[in-house]
Amino acid sequence: MSTLANNKMKVQVKSKQDEETEAATVESGKIVYDTKDLNLWYSETHALKDINLEINEKEVTAIIGPSGCGKSTYIKTLNRMVELVPGVRTTGTIAYKGKNILDRSFKVEDLRTQVGMVFQKPNPFPKSIYENITYGPKIHGIRNKKILDEIVENSLRGAYIWDEVKDRLNENAYGLSGGQQQRLCIARALAVQPDVILMDEPTSALDPKSTLKIEELVQDLKKEYSLIIVTHNMQQAARISDKTAFFLNGEVVEYDKTNTIFTNPSDSRTEDYISGRFG
Amino acid sequence: MSKNSEAKKEAVNVSEMIAQNKKKKNISNLFEKLIPTILFLLASITILTTLGILYTLLSQAIEFFKRVPIWEFFTGTVLKPLSQNPEFGLLPLINGTIISTIIAMFVAGPIGLMSAIYLSEYASDRVRRILKPLLEILAGIPTIVYGFFAFTFVTPIIRAIWPEVEATNILSPGLVMGVMIIPMIASLSEDAMTSVPNAMREGSLAMGATKLETTLKVVIPAAFSGIIASFVLGISRAIGETMIVTIASGSSKNFTFDITQSMQTMTAYIVEVAGGEAPAGSTIYYSLYAVALTLFVFTLTMNLLARYISRKFREEY
Repeated sequence: MSTLANNKMKVQVKSKQDEETEAATVESGKIVYDTKDLNLWYSETHALKDINLEINEKEVTAIIGPSGCGKSTYIKTLNRMVELVPGVRTTGTIAYKGKNILDRSFKVEDLRTQVGMVFQKPNPFPKSIYENITYGPKIHGIRNKKILDEIVENSLRGAYIWDEVKDRLNENAYGLSGGQQQRLCIARALAVQPDVILMDEPTSALDPKSTLKIEELVQDLKKEYSLIIVTHNMQQAARISDKTAFFLNGEVVEYDKTNTIFTNPSDSRTEDYISGRFG
Repeated sequence: MSKNSEAKKEAVNVSEMIAQNKKKKNISNLFEKLIPTILFLLASITILTTLGILYTLLSQAIEFFKRVPIWEFFTGTVLKPLSQNPEFGLLPLINGTIISTIIAMFVAGPIGLMSAIYLSEYASDRVRRILKPLLEILAGIPTIVYGFFAFTFVTPIIRAIWPEVEATNILSPGLVMGVMIIPMIASLSEDAMTSVPNAMREGSLAMGATKLETTLKVVIPAAFSGIIASFVLGISRAIGETMIVTIASGSSKNFTFDITQSMQTMTAYIVEVAGGEAPAGSTIYYSLYAVALTLFVFTLTMNLLARYISRKFREEY
């Protein structure tokens, strides 16, 4: 059964990649993630159903929807973190810069080096602030102390936290406040200079002030990075994103410019959700 | 109407019952106040026992040191308690204890830690559910069984490979002691590693780290204090282990670093002397207490060291 699915997937991969090379020449790499007919099962639960999404480079794409709609599952599929759950199966393709990341031959470590992730709860390593930032670069073979120092400063500046921590780089990251920890995690992701940053409800565990800081940061980051943000907070999606996808029961109900979604949704379910009638 | 009155009646009864029970409560209130005192007394049994042991050891050891100078005891390399001119040098016993412990930890440390890594990071739930209890069975085998396993099974094998090894030697019980300690280190280290939050593994994997990098650079450092604690407990166990060395290492009080020879540990000496006929009040009788006190100081030091190390290297999360 699963081999059948795999075969099917591989067939799709080939045709997909051909298409993608054509598409790439036409669109000159504007699309960073192109999801086609993605289905995902957790054992027997069909969590994602026929997802088709094109995510643009250097934009903020928000994914909204009620709990259990598959939005977190989807974002975790984009860097294949979803595979950590035992019994996950997928069909369909996700082309990242033209290459299908769901293909077995795609090295997941390479993918995750280019696609950083920030989690719902801040999860710094129980090491010093400095070591948290240098973790990624060191894993990927950067050992030069001078370069590492530079990376640390740039990443922390990039995540708006340098001024707060520059005098205590050797202190344990767990001495920071929740909001600072989350910005440290963003800085940690920036340290390997990824192309994409995935954020899975990055502000849901934070107070309003810290949330605001991270929202400002996201606006700044999109100049250089493509950002995909899962949020349960619709105002947040409206404030910070360029495009919004509304997920419901594992399907994409609507995907459009954020402005359109929030002012003139074409699907009545989207309207019900954003006006707070359910969710 | 009738339902209503019934309900009312019931309500009255309940409040009356509660009021009556409240009167009885005086006794249970007393009980409530006594409980902490009783629990405190029970808890202090451990402390009192420790103090009692310490008192016995000290008072008798002092008796010993009146006859044999402390300096001679701790620096003497000859131990001949039963000879005409008895000599009480502790170094052969300390040497035997340390060497057997080192051999044991060479076996138990790496194998225990690797097993823990496998169980906590790589094994599927099913494999873990089968393997962990099996590992703990190993910990439940009586040490005397390990002792004759070392003497009748492991020693002949070692001697077949390495003929210079004597029939009683420190190598074989050291190795078997290591095997005995594996489950302890594996199980405690595994607990420490499993309790590292998954969010940290995810954080590392999401940076593009492999599973091995994640294990070595995030999980093990985060669990380091627990792992060190398991090692130190393993060392304590090896220092205190008695039966295996008594059976398989003989009772030669050699002061040597040659692991092919028979050596005696502090524990084995206590068994030998206590099992023989050491008349109460004789020097050899008091020497038991001096050795036991040294043993106590050894394990106490290990425990304090463990605390210091685990506090110093703790990665708090």
